[in-house]
Amino acid sequence: MKSVKVIVSFVFTLSLLSFPSSGFQSDELLVDDEEFGLEGSPQPRSPEPILTRSPPVTAPTRKRHSDLDSDSKIQFSLEHAFGDSDFSPAGTFSARLKTWSHGGQTLTKLRFSRNSFTDEDKEKFKNLLESDDFYRIRIPSNVLSPPGRDFVISSVKARCLPREGLDEHFVIHMEGVNVLAVNYGSPGCCPYPRNLKFPAKWSFSSHTVLKNSEQAPRAPVFSEEILGGENAEGEVVQPPERSFWAKYWMYLIPLGLIVMNAITQAMNMPEEQASGQGQLYLVWPRPLNTEINLCIKILELEYFVGSRISEVKL
Amino acid sequence: MAIRSFFVPFLLFALCFYSSLTPVLSLYEDQVGLMDWHQQYIGKVKQAVFSTQKTGRRRVIVSTEENVIASLDLRHGEIFWRHLLGSDDVIDGIDIGLGKYVITLSSGGSVLRSWNIPDGQMVWESFLQGPKHSKSLLLVPTNLKIEKDNVIVVFSNGRLHAVSCIDGEVLWNKDFEAESFEAQQVIQPPGSDLIYVIGFAASSQFEMYQINARNGELLKHERATFSSGFLREVSLVSSETVVALDSTGSILLTISFQNGEISFQQTPISNLVEDPSGPAAILPSSVPGIFAIKTNAFTIFIRVIGEGKLEVVEKTNHETTVSNALPISEGQQAFALVQHAGSEIHLAVKISHDWDGNLLKESIKMDQQRGLVHKVFINNYIRTDKSHGFRVLIVMEDHSLLLLQQGAIVWSREDGLASIIDVTASGLPVERDGVSVAKVEHNLFEWLKGHMLKLKGTLMLASPQDVAAIQSMRLKSSEKSKMTRDHNGFRKLLVVLTRAGKLFALHTGDGRIVWSHFLQSLHKSGTCQSPIGLNLYQWQVPHHHAMDENPSVLVISRCGPCSDAPAVLSFVDTYTGKELNSLSLVHGVVQVIPLPYTDSTEQRLHLLIDSDKHAHLYPTTSEALRIFKREFSNIYWYSVEDHNGIIKGHALKCKCTGEVADEFCFDTRDLWSVVFPSESEKIIATVTRKLNEVVHTQAKVVADQDVMYKYISRNLLFVATVAPKGSGEIGSVTPEESWLVAYLIDTVTGRILHRVTHHGAQGPVHAVFSENWVVYHYFNLRAHRYEMSVIEIYDQSRADNKDVWKLVLGKHNLTSPISLFSRPEVITKSQSYFFTHSVKAIAVTSTAKGITSKQLLIGTIGDQVLALDKRFLDPRRSVNPTQAEKEEGIIPLTDSLPIIPQSYVTHALRVEGLRGIVTVPAKLESTTLVFAHGVDLFFTQLAPSKTYDSLTEDFSYALLLLTIVALVAAIFVTWRLSERKELQDKWR
Repeated sequence: MKSVKVIVSFVFTLSLLSFPSSGFQSDELLVDDEEFGLEGSPQPRSPEPILTRSPPVTAPTRKRHSDLDSDSKIQFSLEHAFGDSDFSPAGTFSARLKTWSHGGQTLTKLRFSRNSFTDEDKEKFKNLLESDDFYRIRIPSNVLSPPGRDFVISSVKARCLPREGLDEHFVIHMEGVNVLAVNYGSPGCCPYPRNLKFPAKWSFSSHTVLKNSEQAPRAPVFSEEILGGENAEGEVVQPPERSFWAKYWMYLIPLGLIVMNAITQAMNMPEEQASGQGQLYLVWPRPLNTEINLCIKILELEYFVGSRISEVKL
Repeated sequence: MAIRSFFVPFLLFALCFYSSLTPVLSLYEDQVGLMDWHQQYIGKVKQAVFSTQKTGRRRVIVSTEENVIASLDLRHGEIFWRHLLGSDDVIDGIDIGLGKYVITLSSGGSVLRSWNIPDGQMVWESFLQGPKHSKSLLLVPTNLKIEKDNVIVVFSNGRLHAVSCIDGEVLWNKDFEAESFEAQQVIQPPGSDLIYVIGFAASSQFEMYQINARNGELLKHERATFSSGFLREVSLVSSETVVALDSTGSILLTISFQNGEISFQQTPISNLVEDPSGPAAILPSSVPGIFAIKTNAFTIFIRVIGEGKLEVVEKTNHETTVSNALPISEGQQAFALVQHAGSEIHLAVKISHDWDGNLLKESIKMDQQRGLVHKVFINNYIRTDKSHGFRVLIVMEDHSLLLLQQGAIVWSREDGLASIIDVTASGLPVERDGVSVAKVEHNLFEWLKGHMLKLKGTLMLASPQDVAAIQSMRLKSSEKSKMTRDHNGFRKLLVVLTRAGKLFALHTGDGRIVWSHFLQSLHKSGTCQSPIGLNLYQWQVPHHHAMDENPSVLVISRCGPCSDAPAVLSFVDTYTGKELNSLSLVHGVVQVIPLPYTDSTEQRLHLLIDSDKHAHLYPTTSEALRIFKREFSNIYWYSVEDHNGIIKGHALKCKCTGEVADEFCFDTRDLWSVVFPSESEKIIATVTRKLNEVVHTQAKVVADQDVMYKYISRNLLFVATVAPKGSGEIGSVTPEESWLVAYLIDTVTGRILHRVTHHGAQGPVHAVFSENWVVYHYFNLRAHRYEMSVIEIYDQSRADNKDVWKLVLGKHNLTSPISLFSRPEVITKSQSYFFTHSVKAIAVTSTAKGITSKQLLIGTIGDQVLALDKRFLDPRRSVNPTQAEKEEGIIPLTDSLPIIPQSYVTHALRVEGLRGIVTVPAKLESTTLVFAHGVDLFFTQLAPSKTYDSLTEDFSYALLLLTIVALVAAIFVTWRLSERKELQDKWR
């Protein structure tokens, strides 16, 4: 509790430091440098995962005591179970525990060493593969005083793991020295009809990611004058610029029709005049023309209504 | 010229046509009540007092378990006025002072209020403090005065207060500091200036304080010890005698404290009745001279005849309820007694000193669905022949309230509906051929008149009377309250389960009760003393190959409050309300999982998890088992242990390994767990998607013709945790020591897909999850405002399917099955906004196909429902959206969410004590049905994107017809005109 509180206050002071104008509450997102988390620099919450790739068989247990007294090495174990069997040790996580001057503690430089499968384990794992059962792992929920309140468990269908060797991927969600959850699975995808496939070699290639909580972006704070200023400074809301056709199509279509009508009329007139010299009926009856116009007007109205309908839908 | 004159009406018609299609943001005044209904309730009545003065003669004032004080009309049962006190302001007692004020004592005896009876306005309010928590007692003596001031005596929080009835001023108070003293009664003998406070100290000591009512001076303090102790309940039989039971419940003690001297009289119950069969309990009543005790089998009425002598007057094995005494004339007090006998109840009104003579004896036929009589309140009136008449108000087991007078039920109120636990919707029967319900219009004239009125209304020519006529016509149209399925799916049955254990089916058209059923399993019985209704599930929804079956619901209940109490399943037909079957289970129920599988009769498979983590499959048929076995390895679920902050995932293992072979029982195993550190996080909210939610498309086209794929998984869980310190009230912690962490967890693998911390935020958290987004509401301590955040989660593994050629050539992975065991590639987008209101509930609209855009339905602190477009909670909002984004409909970013007054779904109404909002999709895609429940009920239809797929209900078909006719006529006329002109030209 205390550690978290201190972290929180630390983050707060950090944010204050980085934004010296303390009166102004910035809406800027607190972007953390991802390099920080890797080298144990003073950054309690690294949003980016720490990725370590452990050698498949046994990792060297470098018992190097840190020069800093605030920096100590800790270990916690990974246990596994095949199907519903009991858990047994399967590997060791080792990490540097960084204690900050304000009391907060975080893990950095996580390393993982996997114990190789014994023959018995291999046999059990083969059984799991055959029955498409779960391979389960667990780690303590508190790395300082294992197992803490409880173990955090994660499981995956065993058939998801074999590739060339056995590929596994850990995502450990941390909160100070507490492990919230561990997500375990294959590093890639695990296509659904899970096919039975035995690994070519019985060695693990492990990927480990340590994750801390991200900060939520703050709600934007707009002060009144900014808004007012923006509006006054000529950021007049421009109506969306549309093409000429988009704007005036409802006028253009009737116009086109009228023009076409006029053209046909003009074309017909000389023809009829020429052909029907001896005939009594000379002119294309005018009233019909108006009727067409009327129809066009009605059409226009309907187009108008139609355009409204489309707006309603939006 | 003639052509032009035709043009004007065309324009007019076209305009009208257009205006009927304009989008309407909210509804007009005359549309209220067309599609919505609102019902007001008060809850189960705890106490009722009758006003005897002129103004209040026709009224009864009640206080209820929903913390409502209401004034009801005695003739019709309508509510005159009503006040809902807060949920932490429980009413302890009510009474009437000075004939015109209602005095209420609430909040564990610390708030005393006075209300004006005629209009329900609060007159005064005073806060009574005290040294310790205690039972609170309210006494309003009729004629106790201190300097012309009528006095209210309140015992609360270990202190006795005398409060002025006029202005609520505390006149004097007196502390009772004795550690263990528990007051049982405060008595003020009429005509004296003394107040007696009696009670028990330790376990075996009876104490009596005599206090001067004028100044609170302690006159006498007596105590007496009875070696075998007391049961805490006492019954007052006269102003100076009480009856109590000893701690074994087998000896009656008559305690009299005449003149300040305490004396005991012991009477073993076995002396009075032959076989008392077990310990007895005193029934609370205050009838002078008579009290009642209840043993396992009998209710025994006992009379006190002077000097502590007791005499049994009646012994009955029927369920019996007694009212308090009502003074009818000088020295005479009447009381009512209600007994059950088969399908009837017998009501008797007796005078306290004369058991055998009845003032009134009536038998009333009572609906079996109402259960037992729980409470009786008696009131008298003067008959036309100047004799005394009595009426009684009875409260039934199903929380309904009835008024009995002259051997009949005058009115009844279904107040069980004020405490709804769960809601589900069911369709109505399909209209069969032979049974046409469609009504033909009465006659042509009526029809024409109606349409003329509508036309006038549309053209805004209608007078107020016409408007009223149109309104009533619309309301009268029985279309919406028919008992058959309609084409648009607007007519449905809302099946609700109330806290009393009664099922109601409400018609969505007008809110009437179609049927009600008091579940047999929820009746209090010998085997099950305190049954609790838990949940309601749709058991059978026939639509494909089982059309002739009626749909049914599953009601899950449990005997007793703890989770290992045996559960009871009841199956109820939703068309008729008949209980089809009832199963008493041997195991308890912790979790119910409706599986997405149905059998051939379309019964849904349900998995019940008991407290020993065994899974039980229902229905117990071999077919169900076969279906279940097929999907055995694909069933996962999770459990939240919020008391210790652990979320666990489970899967099925094998058959139960118990001594009794049960092939429908399965062992389970834990697959994953998330352990929240107890010192820094506490779970306060968990939300999942609705099981029946439909998502129309996974792809979301964003600006620049780009596509994003929603991460749509039914197995996402939203969890919100806060700092344990910050789980109290808002403002109890500083922003530095309070934070809120939001999680998105996959419930199959336990993966935390997203985790984000809001510093300086505090609960309570209300959240809603839909499609690929979650919206949650909390308090921001730094900004001193409420905030709402949205998280949207998108699938990146499908993001490279944008290439058209890939889609054409089939090289995409859109159709491949998804396994959650793959490592998810997701990205989340989130944003926060300020929101003015605090929130009681959040829901989201749901439509049949999920095409219509969504609205959030927010139950505000003012008990209203606000519809807020989801577009306001789009994490892609920015201060200056680009042109493309604007066209997509992205609203420029603002720091707070707008509250548009027109977007209140409840318009002017309030859903008092709002607890939940349920949305049900209609068959018509654009429309969703919204049901909000609390103490009140409210139902309406909503169209979040307007009704784009149908014409509005008030669309004038007559107008359309007229337009067409006019057009045709115009064509003919112009044709004639043109012909004539042509002819004239020809003749020229």
